[in-house]
Amino acid sequence: MSDKAATRFGFYQGLVALAEEKKDVYALDADLAKTTGSEAFRKAFPDRYIDVGIAEQNMIGIAAGLSRIGLVPYCSSMAVFAVGRAYEIIRNAVAYSGLNVKIIGSHGGITAAGDGGTHQAVEDIAAMRSIPGMVVLQPCDSNQAQKMAKLMYDHKGPVYIRTCREPVENITRVEDEIEIGKAQVIKEGKDLAIIATGMMTILAHRALEELKEKGIDASLINIHTIKPLDKDGIIREVKKCGKKVLVLEEANSIGGLVEAVAAALVEEDGVKFSYIAIDDKFGQSGKTDELLAFYGITKENIVAKAIEVANRK
Amino acid sequence: MRDFIVLENKARELRIDTLKMILEAGSGHIGGSFSIAEILTALYYDKMNLGTGVDDEERDRLILSKGHANPILYSILIDKGFVDEKEKHTLRRLHSPFQGHPDSRKCPALDCSTGSLGQGLSVGVGMALGLKKENRKGHVYVIVGDGELQEGICWEALMFAASKKLDNLTVIIDRNGLQLSARTEETNALENLEAKMKSFNLSVYTIDGHSFPEIFDALDKNAEGKPKCIIAHTIKGKGVSFMEDSVKWHGAMPTKEEADKAFVELGGENV
Repeated sequence: MSDKAATRFGFYQGLVALAEEKKDVYALDADLAKTTGSEAFRKAFPDRYIDVGIAEQNMIGIAAGLSRIGLVPYCSSMAVFAVGRAYEIIRNAVAYSGLNVKIIGSHGGITAAGDGGTHQAVEDIAAMRSIPGMVVLQPCDSNQAQKMAKLMYDHKGPVYIRTCREPVENITRVEDEIEIGKAQVIKEGKDLAIIATGMMTILAHRALEELKEKGIDASLINIHTIKPLDKDGIIREVKKCGKKVLVLEEANSIGGLVEAVAAALVEEDGVKFSYIAIDDKFGQSGKTDELLAFYGITKENIVAKAIEVANRK
Repeated sequence: MRDFIVLENKARELRIDTLKMILEAGSGHIGGSFSIAEILTALYYDKMNLGTGVDDEERDRLILSKGHANPILYSILIDKGFVDEKEKHTLRRLHSPFQGHPDSRKCPALDCSTGSLGQGLSVGVGMALGLKKENRKGHVYVIVGDGELQEGICWEALMFAASKKLDNLTVIIDRNGLQLSARTEETNALENLEAKMKSFNLSVYTIDGHSFPEIFDALDKNAEGKPKCIIAHTIKGKGVSFMEDSVKWHGAMPTKEEADKAFVELGGENV
């Protein structure tokens, strides 16, 4: 297992490599280069880097303009602002016309920790999922984030990618093939399908060993593409596991992956379903570990919920 | 040599076409379409390099940020042959390229989808910045309504345009003094608009937006390394006496009698 790295930095490693080859790639930020990770792009390609200042709405409008003359802008800010402050500009200036604009929301979830609830995005996934035609991605680790810079480029149209602050171990390799819209089976099992996105995939991966010791052979499905969701893939994997499902996300359960997976399974009879997510609450300040524990986002909670669902009759 | 008589006649024809389209659609924004008739005529029939159409990378671009005034722009797109003439009967209809607010997916001849106020200016700044960075030709014209300037994104965009010295950008403000509900100055006052724009470090020209000589004089000015801002004083509903400078004619529909009277004043017929 390699050293820990944050997806927010891994992503820009990938984007810098991509921009070396693709001269139409631009990066935009709203005064948060060091925070979002876009600093790496600024250093590598200062001529193709645009810092708009503290003005997220205008950042997205400018990106729409760049896209309209054929360039490929990647815009970043913290997820709360990239999505929330600029929401209607994303909707009307970008997505309504299907423009090829990429939006990176860093600090997804509650791990912005000390900064408190104003800076912790729990609603970004739901907001972006609800815009027609918007692709929504969340890599589980830095290697996958790195890979996604190019996947997004190859998809012509608006894409939102959520990156996170907290460094995590890499469980995927850069050379692993992934495809937008296809669920990624990290581990096959037979007793329970754990369906997770982002950092939760990593936490679930940490829990697999303990579950095995407790007699539960769980599969782990990484949802790097929250939209379009791989409905067929999810149904297939869930059926292999006796239709027992545990969904994990570090976001509001309302409008997020939990509801998306539930909707995907709604026509399947006899599904046993449980989840861990943030149930309609804002975040708050605290140490990362304290916060994760308070909101139930822990390996221990995953193990407990997994055992409960797997044993459900 | 510019023939102002020909251009004035063109603006008059466009007003007639616009009124016909809106009457057939059963709804639409007459007042704000009529206030920009001369400005759009000057741009599309003289000033702008339209190239060979939307696929021409070197052409000038126009964003109608006050998207609700689109019927008059649609009239031009038909007149210029960018959109098939039969579409003039489809304004605001299902699947029409002429949506109630500009939609570039349904009507590729448009340089931008607009309608949500304030955004067109920001998109125009992005276009101008991109063209400059890529050393490409093409000037970007953005027409904004005066009421629209109450949207905060406009000021974010203007500040940034000046900061980046985008001299390939011209912002034309349709200063008709009215917004949907009331006068701009009664609602959220814009004055002193010229001083505001100058303080934002734009090259500012204040003109009569119905005078072709003044419009061209401002369009032809060298903006000296800054974005250009033309404050065009106009009359909402210009050309039809009872529609002029009246808040009612932002979105109202004329009765049969009113429409007949309007056509007489414009020197046309509703055929």
